Amino acid sequence: MRPWDSFESALRAIVANKLRSFLTMLGVVIGVGSVIAMIGIGEGTKKKSIENLEIMGSNLLTVFPNWRRGGMSMGSDAGMTLRDSDVEMLKREVPLIKNITGTVRQGVMAKHGNKTHSTSVFGALPIVKDIRNLNKMLEGGWYTDEDEVFSAQKAVIGYQVWQELYDGNNAVGTNIRLKNQNFEVVGVVDFKGGSGMWNPDDQIYIPLSTAKTRLMGKTNLDMIQIQATHTDLMILTQGQVEDTLMKTRGSAMGEPLFRVMNQGEAIEQIETQTRLLSILLAGIASVSLLVGGIGIMNIMLVSVTERTREIGLRKAIGAKRGSILSQFLLESVVMCLVGGVLGIALGWTSVIAISKALQVPPEVHTPAIITAFGFSAMVGIFFGLYPAMRASRLQPMVALRSE
Amino acid sequence: MKPILEVEGLSKDYVMGDMVVHALRDVSITIHEGEFLAIMGPSGSGKSTFMNLLGCLDRPTAGKFVLAGRNVAGLDDNQLAEIRNKYIGFVFQQFNLLPRTSALKNVELPLIYAGSRNRHAQAMAAIEKVGLAQRAHHKPNEMSGGQQQRVAIARAIVNDPMVIFADEPTGNLDSRTSEEIMALFQELNRQGKTIVLVTHEDDIAHHCKRSVRFRDGRVVFDEVIENPIDARDKLSQMPDLEAVEYVPSGARKKSVAADAPA
Ligand SMILES: Nc1ncnc2c1ncn2[C@@H]1O[C@H](COP(=O)(O)OP(=O)(O)OP(=O)(O)O)[C@@H](O)[C@H]1O
Ligand SMILES: [Mg+2]
Repeated sequence: MRPWDSFESALRAIVANKLRSFLTMLGVVIGVGSVIAMIGIGEGTKKKSIENLEIMGSNLLTVFPNWRRGGMSMGSDAGMTLRDSDVEMLKREVPLIKNITGTVRQGVMAKHGNKTHSTSVFGALPIVKDIRNLNKMLEGGWYTDEDEVFSAQKAVIGYQVWQELYDGNNAVGTNIRLKNQNFEVVGVVDFKGGSGMWNPDDQIYIPLSTAKTRLMGKTNLDMIQIQATHTDLMILTQGQVEDTLMKTRGSAMGEPLFRVMNQGEAIEQIETQTRLLSILLAGIASVSLLVGGIGIMNIMLVSVTERTREIGLRKAIGAKRGSILSQFLLESVVMCLVGGVLGIALGWTSVIAISKALQVPPEVHTPAIITAFGFSAMVGIFFGLYPAMRASRLQPMVALRSE
Repeated sequence: MKPILEVEGLSKDYVMGDMVVHALRDVSITIHEGEFLAIMGPSGSGKSTFMNLLGCLDRPTAGKFVLAGRNVAGLDDNQLAEIRNKYIGFVFQQFNLLPRTSALKNVELPLIYAGSRNRHAQAMAAIEKVGLAQRAHHKPNEMSGGQQQRVAIARAIVNDPMVIFADEPTGNLDSRTSEEIMALFQELNRQGKTIVLVTHEDDIAHHCKRSVRFRDGRVVFDEVIENPIDARDKLSQMPDLEAVEYVPSGARKKSVAADAPA
């Protein structure tokens, strides 16, 4: 018996019972589909989170006041504020710092002409363009150190702000109003593609001194952002920053009143978290694939019982064990593979749909598809083997006599 | 004539719990090439059991059984399957055709397991031999019982077997259709096929050349039939010739209306 003949008879049997075959396949379709969808969405979420962090700069350290440790119970906030003097000290004492700026941030309603847009103002030294990797301009340039010294009312706007307020028109040279003060737009940063609270596209950057004194009336800093000289020395840099800050910002009990967030570390954290999530989701999806496999086995057993006479007849006219085995095995494998292909299509479509809803990039990797396909073939073989063996072992006489 | 089936001391016991059924006891018989043998006997006398053993569908409890000079006793399942495929053709009382599968595909089945090429032409030739060329692409449920049995006979002869075993092939057919089937068997026998046919109808048995009678698992009678009935003659005397679809060469063909393409 040649392979094509086994394949043809398997297809025949599947087509002969269209509805039943389809319902049986459905288990595999859903199983494979959900494996693909779960992995795809997990991967997409991870990629997005990492992108967001990388957009901010991969050699970035951010220092926050440690609200949790400081706490209101301390009565005084003296210890847990960050000031310009801390920036100066860090710049002096940590040689691994390439660039550093204190920053303040506040939500505002920005106006231009008759358009308004709710966004946030980010006060920082002009060097923030290097620290946060905001050098690529759509239009104009950055405010200067001179603007910083004179607390100039100048602003650089993010891509999304520009879209909302300018509708594609030139922004440089025009004014926007923030809290009833006019700011001259000197530059528009090109699209970065971030999202969430720190979305660099939805931000207005102004000189730090202007932000503190003229716009927000703050004396303290909200955070300090540092660009390290070497990406591979982030941990060391972080340690030095922490040691230096402890001199002025340690609590009486010797605990830090600040927190340093390391971008690389955050990426790692996200990776492990999403990996765990992916494994969990894939695990749940695998269970449905398993259930699909059991469905296949069930139907194949029914099919063998129903077709006992046919098996007897085939044996009587010369079918060997192997021929019967491969006929039934192929039937379940073909069912699983067809189910697998449909499942991949289903999974892919759901990844695209769900990604759109979650605003994450759709991630369907070839390995995931190959794995799902191979997995469904294995399910077919594994769950088809026992029924096929049962069929192949039937004695022709016994099989022919069955009702 | 050279012997193609030699059986010596063949026994078959069925064990059912504490009970042992001796379905066949110490049967010895020789069948020669070109014979047309009827196996007769009351129900439960062991006819089917005997035929299934000769057809290598089952294994004997004891005894020697040589098929075409080869002792079959020691062969394993796959070797027996090969022997059935190459040397033996089966015709059953319940035609045992694959449903939802055309006559042609049904007839091709033994060729598939033989791995032969050119299956289509071989199967078509066998279907033509049984006079069903125009029904080749019909499915079993679109055919009459007689037609289905003829497809089964085509399937039995497609591999050009040494011997055909037919277990009550006319058991589910009316007398006229039975006669047509017997005419077909006689024609095949005239062409040189050895045929072993199980029946409990004397009338059917009289179409054969030799009859063997079983009782309680033993051969009690083995005789040559002097003047076998020629099915062609009998068919020509039957009144309702409208229903005749096919009569082997030699017999008068009155009507082929029923065989017109659908
Ligand atoms: N698989 C089996 N298990 C147990 N006993 C069996 C089996 N097959 C046949 N027998 C017994 O063996 C004996 C012979 O059976 P067999 O089928 O050969 O009879 P038969 O002559 O073909 O009868 P019939 O004309 O009714 O077909 C019977 O007593 C039957 O009950
Ligand atoms: Mg019988």
